[in-house]
Amino acid sequence: MEKKDWIRYILVFLITLTLFLSSAWLSSFMNTKKIRDIRNIQDKISIDIMSSETQFQLLQEFTCKDVSASSLSGELNSLAEKIAYSEENMSKTEEVKDLKKYYSLLQIKDYLLMQKIKDRCNMPVTPIFYFYTTSENCSNCVKEAAVLNKLRAEYPELRVYSFDYNLDLSALKTLLRTFKVEDTKLPALYMNDKLYTGFLDENNIKEILPELEEYARIRKEAKAASSTSTTTSTTSSTSRK
Amino acid sequence: MQAFLEIVVYIVSFFSLYVQIYFLIVFLENRKKITIHREPLRLFEKNEDYPAVTIVVPAYNEGESVAITTESLLKLNYPKDKLFLILVNDGSKDNTWEVMQRYKDHPQIKIFNKPNGGKFSAQNLALENTQTPFLGCLDSDSTVHPEALNRIMTYFLEDPRIMAVAPTIVSSKEENLLQKAQKTEYEMQIYVKKMMSLVNAIHVTPGPFSIFRIEVFDKIGKYKHAHTTEDIEIALRMQKHHMKIENAPDSYVYTNTPKTVKSLYKQRKRWIYGFIQNALDYKGLFFRKKYGNIAFINLPISFILLSSVLFLVISILRSVYEFIKTQSLTISAIGINWETYRPKLELDPFFFNTSALMFISIFLWLLVFFSLYMSQKMLYGKTKINLNILWFFLTYTLLAPFWVIKAMFNALRNYEASWTKEIDSR
Repeated sequence: MEKKDWIRYILVFLITLTLFLSSAWLSSFMNTKKIRDIRNIQDKISIDIMSSETQFQLLQEFTCKDVSASSLSGELNSLAEKIAYSEENMSKTEEVKDLKKYYSLLQIKDYLLMQKIKDRCNMPVTPIFYFYTTSENCSNCVKEAAVLNKLRAEYPELRVYSFDYNLDLSALKTLLRTFKVEDTKLPALYMNDKLYTGFLDENNIKEILPELEEYARIRKEAKAASSTSTTTSTTSSTSRK
Repeated sequence: MQAFLEIVVYIVSFFSLYVQIYFLIVFLENRKKITIHREPLRLFEKNEDYPAVTIVVPAYNEGESVAITTESLLKLNYPKDKLFLILVNDGSKDNTWEVMQRYKDHPQIKIFNKPNGGKFSAQNLALENTQTPFLGCLDSDSTVHPEALNRIMTYFLEDPRIMAVAPTIVSSKEENLLQKAQKTEYEMQIYVKKMMSLVNAIHVTPGPFSIFRIEVFDKIGKYKHAHTTEDIEIALRMQKHHMKIENAPDSYVYTNTPKTVKSLYKQRKRWIYGFIQNALDYKGLFFRKKYGNIAFINLPISFILLSSVLFLVISILRSVYEFIKTQSLTISAIGINWETYRPKLELDPFFFNTSALMFISIFLWLLVFFSLYMSQKMLYGKTKINLNILWFFLTYTLLAPFWVIKAMFNALRNYEASWTKEIDSR
């Protein structure tokens, strides 16, 4: 074997290594950017929530027209998808865990704000707390998530707050203690002031939350009304009832 | 398990990338040395200066196709008194021998009939009856381009150290998608083989139309059974004896490719099994400086890439299993909900795959496309972009794991599979 053969091996090795490292760097760069994107969205939501809260505290006559229940939850949903994707596909586990904590906090804040708005403006909102785990093989969690996603798409009044049981967050710990959630009985759902454990299908949940059907009926009527009379908007007619 | 598989996938992709870049560097170093003749050649002014060549056609149950092969050899642009054919009937059960009878009085052709003993035995019989300084073989499922021999001979005439020259095999005709896929595979091999020959690392002198100097057999002996891949064994034996093997990218041999999945599976299983067994027989070649590039590039990389198939299959099966599990759980929970399968209108770049493996694959694909581009440039003088490459990747990713794993399994158990001596001749 000649010297030039060895040189070629080393040269090829160096080129391959360079491509490999640039791939790793490029991936890390793009993933960091993605995480930054999530953080930006979260910051934006955080500001929205805080601003609503502040508004609420400042003005006693909080104008109900200003708040539409669907706007916030929509953003939170798309965020959940992105965080789940990052958790599966990125190696930056610490950063993703931080984002998840932030997300969980935002959900709790959203819930607290929603409760106030609901009382004040008589808004049709039904919260469900959903506790799952990713640490062990929880096939019922996958099933429950599918059911909740479907219901959420069907009933915009339903606000699903989902929490990873194993997340190390003191606010979440308090929530778990208050609702008496145990890790042996996951998935768990907290709705109508009661904790349900194990898999619940669509019909089970509809039975526990009969108001969902009621909301849907009102929505349908409002839609029929708005198609006949253009003066009444959908949101105001529902909130009035 | 997940982490282990991930590491293996990274190692495999590193070596795959390494090989492609190695070829690229070899190409850049030697691109001026690659000669492609497109016009008919005249090697010498006078016919008597041409070296004499014997071509063996071993046949087992080939029937009429022996005649087609023979006719194509007779049409070679080479002096008639310098080209001799030996047709060997290896105990066929069909009319192969009757077809050969047609040539019994032909001045250029000798015919032999022998009991079935495998292709290597037919080649050895011809070897004993050859007096010419060059010997080649052409399987009876193949035909040659009229200029094939001339173009191969240019290498021997240029460099007396060259002991064998391998041709370029292309698919003769494509009647279905499977054959179209193979056409692309053969085309891609043109570039790979040429690059291997440029660093003297060829590990196979293919059955169809590899030409040898007769002294090769005087020095290192006759053909062997060699796990029914005598064309790999003889090349490795030559490498062991430091004999130079060249590749003629413009010397075309047209071969009939398997039409059915089953026959392709059997053929590939035999090739890979033969490669593994022969490489194990010649394991002394691995990582030994004195054997040159075949010891460091060709043999070890082939082994790594073959075993990588196993890990890739495990890793693909795992993702498929995970996908099916999630889907079936979802369906069991809410039934089939088409909403979730509908593609979203706006594409969010957030969900684009940005893993390191993704970028490595992009580099790898670019290099693979480059090799196909160069192959087609060597073959046609231009690039023909068509759907065949799609069929190639589709069928080979689906099918190759089966024959690779089966061949590896058989080799591991040293299990002489069902290709008995009778099937041997093909």
